[in-house]
This record gives sequence, structure tokens and C-alpha cells, in this order.
Amino acid sequence: MIERLINIDRRFIFLLVAMAVTIPLLAKFNLPVRATKDVESIYYKIDSLPKNSHILIAFDYDPASKEELQPMADALLHHCYRKDIKVVGMTLNPGGTGLAVSAIESIGKEYGKTKGTDFVFLGYKTGVELVMINMGENIFSAFPEDFHGNATIDLPVLNGIDSLEDFDYVVDLASGSSIEAWIAFGKEKYGFDLGAGCTAVIGPDMYPFLQSKQLNGLMSGLRGAAEYEILIDRESTAVAGMSPQSVVHVLVVLFVLFGNTMYFMSKRKR
Amino acid sequence: MIKKNRDIYIIFSIFILFFIVNIVYLSLGWLDLWGNGLGIITGAAFTLAMYSFLYKDNPVFKIAENLFVGVAMGYWIVITWFNILKPDVFETLIVPIFKDTGKAPQFTILFPTLLGIFMLLRFSKKLAWLSRWSFAFIVGLGAGITIPNFIHAFILKQLTFDSLFSTSIPVSINNFLVLLGVVSVLIYFFFSVEHKGVVGGVSVIGVWFLMIAFGASFGYTVMARMSLLIGRIQFLIRDWLGLLQ
Repeated sequence: MIERLINIDRRFIFLLVAMAVTIPLLAKFNLPVRATKDVESIYYKIDSLPKNSHILIAFDYDPASKEELQPMADALLHHCYRKDIKVVGMTLNPGGTGLAVSAIESIGKEYGKTKGTDFVFLGYKTGVELVMINMGENIFSAFPEDFHGNATIDLPVLNGIDSLEDFDYVVDLASGSSIEAWIAFGKEKYGFDLGAGCTAVIGPDMYPFLQSKQLNGLMSGLRGAAEYEILIDRESTAVAGMSPQSVVHVLVVLFVLFGNTMYFMSKRKR
Repeated sequence: MIKKNRDIYIIFSIFILFFIVNIVYLSLGWLDLWGNGLGIITGAAFTLAMYSFLYKDNPVFKIAENLFVGVAMGYWIVITWFNILKPDVFETLIVPIFKDTGKAPQFTILFPTLLGIFMLLRFSKKLAWLSRWSFAFIVGLGAGITIPNFIHAFILKQLTFDSLFSTSIPVSINNFLVLLGVVSVLIYFFFSVEHKGVVGGVSVIGVWFLMIAFGASFGYTVMARMSLLIGRIQFLIRDWLGLLQ
């Protein structure tokens, strides 16, 4: 019996996980989500910015991380547009262009914002650290044209912006190591306030930067996105995803306990 | 043979079921084929094809996998052309040479362009040596830019902290734990002294800190992977099947 349970078909486990995700989504039961201090720091920073301030959002992710980072981007954009903050988007990941441009423009449209006046998407540039240094020297040299081919020097949204230090706030949404690059080559060199959103996988690696105040706030994984949705009072996909997330976590804990119990029982039997 | 036939029947049945569901949804007007319906059906098909691997490796998964890689690469090439090569090389260097655009060709771009082309010469046995120039330039430039910035941002900045003791007791406890964690883990990885006595005791504390860190990383990784699954299932039952609003 124990041997049979130890060698259980892995597809049975996959089926249980699929059910643990699907049933809570269909049953629509909600578990409370409370915003943590690290996510609140980003929210309060943006909330404190006066009208027509400039925020730079780096969409450094691609569709593989869309499920975790796109809800963060959407929530941030809703907050910025509500506060009449001018949004400048860019990406260091070629796969991020489609996601970024659709989010910036479609959410901007909801709030009646104008392309080039209230928001701009600068597009993709290769080089990561070199792009940051170039933007720190002169943003128009790094991005002479926006994603749609308009000369950036003529865009009203960039009035008052010459380099990275002119931004009131910078947020990096990252699925890779770009947050470290933004810290080393952006924040430390040009002294702007930096917040970050990242996938849950790299979340633990980012906490030391919160303690050293190199990041003013951090949204980590789907939970970070859900917390931000709660703060802006606009519950969407991230909040909806937290109930299945909790159920699956309980299931994984049960699997771990079950696996260990069976292992020790089989060892004793031998 | 019986097992193989069973797998073929399962894949074929799912394909038929998928086809029927889409036909019903399209005929009832729940999906608009020429609106976003085609995209949703394609997305649903590829999502199911990818997850079919959980049952067993199969040709449908292989097709979806290869298509994903191909489409992603094609997208990257198009984006790189329109965002980098066209504005930074083609329009600033090549076009002004052959056409009067009112702008002088920027010959300084020749240097990075050539270094880029040299990297591709690794495919040629005769000219592969030229790629070393590009790599030498990248490594030299990368080291020069990275080392001082990384030392400043990731070592010196991490070493500074206001005070071990704060006015808040939880913050003081946290500061103490961070200090204890860093020192004990460093001692655990210090192999020049035998791990006995006080050193052995501290290194055991280091092992505990490492285990807690690995546990936290595992928890976060589970959360990340499940988030991807949740996102895909949300897409299937909300956007495709319309069971959620």
C-alpha cells in the first residue's frame, strides 16, 4: 500500500493541482488580501506626486511572465492616469514591446489621455546598462524616436525631461536581472527614486535592496500585484488569482507532508 | 501497441471536443471569429497543446513548442529591426550614403556595426578569429563599466547600515538577525578553519539560515509557477469559455 502511494502516477497530482486552481476560480470565493509595507511604499510614493509629474515605467519582461507582471503594470498605469501623472514607458526586453504598448495606450484611452501629450512608449533598446547610462546623459540621444517613429524631442510629454534624474519616480517591472542593473547604473548614478515589481522567483533576491533603501518599494509576484489592486481599489485578475493561489499552496504543503510521511513509513518498514 | 492506440484516441478525442466547443461558441455568437475570437481560439489551442505534455510527450506539444520558439524569434527579429537596426544603422548610415536626405551619413556607426558583423563570423572557419575582437571589446567595456558600479551598489551600499539598535524593538531584532545570518553563513563557507567548537556552532547557525532562505525561495518559486497556471486557466475559463466575468 505504502509503495503504491509512493509511486503514485504524477498525472494524478497534476489533476489535483488543476482542480485546486479551477474550482476556487469558478466558485468565486475571496480570501482577504492585505497590502504589505513594501507595496504601500510604491503606492504612497506615486500618490504623493503632484499633477503632471513624470514617471518612467520600464516593462522589462516578456509574455512568459505576463501573468505576474502585466497586472502590476495595469494597476500602476491606472493609478498614474488617475493622478494625472505623465507616463513614459520603455523596455529592455524585445518581447515586452507588445504588452507594454497595449497596456499604456488602452488604459490611457480609458482615462481620455492623449498619446505624446500624456503618455509615450519609447520602445525597445538593446544594451541594458549602456541604455541606462545613455538615458542618464541624454534621453533624446538614447531614444531619438518613440515606438511609433515620432521624434521624441517634439513630444510635449517629455517637456522638462532631459535625463533620468529629471524623472520624479522610476519603476522597473522585471522578469530578469534588470532591477540590479537599474540600481547600479540608474539609481546609484543618477539618484532618482526607484521602485520595482518582479516575478516571485526573483522576489527573495530583491529584499536586501529594500533594507539598504536602494529600492523604495517592491511588488513581488501575483501577490504584489493583488496588493496594489487593493490599494487602488480596483480588484482585477491578480486579486481573483489569490484564492486559487492560497488553495494550491495548502495543497503543496499537504503534498510535502504526505511525501515525507510516506517516505519515513516505508523506511521504517524496510 | 494498445497503450499507443489509447494515447492516439485520447489526443484525437480532445481535438474533436475542442473543435465542437469552438463551432458551438462561434455559431451561438459567443465568440466573434473576426473580432478577437480567432486570437482567443488560437491561444486556447496552444495553451491546451502545451499542457498536453503533462499527460505525455506528444506530437501536438512538439508542434506548439516549435511554433512558439519560431514565432518568438520572428517577433524579436522584427522588433530589433524596427527599434535598433533601421533607425540606428540603416537610416543614419546607409540611406544617406545613397540618397540625399539632408543629413550627412554618420560614419562613426561603422565601428559598432562592424563589431556586430564580426560576431556573426563565428560561423566561418576562416574568419572566426575576427569575432574575438568583438568579444574582447565587449568583455573590456563590460568589466570597465560593471566592476566599479557593482562594488559601489552591491558591496559598499550593502555594508552600510544606520545602527544595530533602533528605537523600534522589531527593527532592532531584524537588524541583529541580518547581521547574525550574514556572519554565520560566511563562516559556514570559510573552509580554511576546521568547523569545530565555536566556529562549528556558528556554521550550524549558518546552515539553518541557508535552509530558511532555500525554503523561502522554494515557496516563492511555487507561487510564481502557480501564478502562470492560474493566469492560463483564467484565460481558458474567462476569455475562451466565458464562464467567468
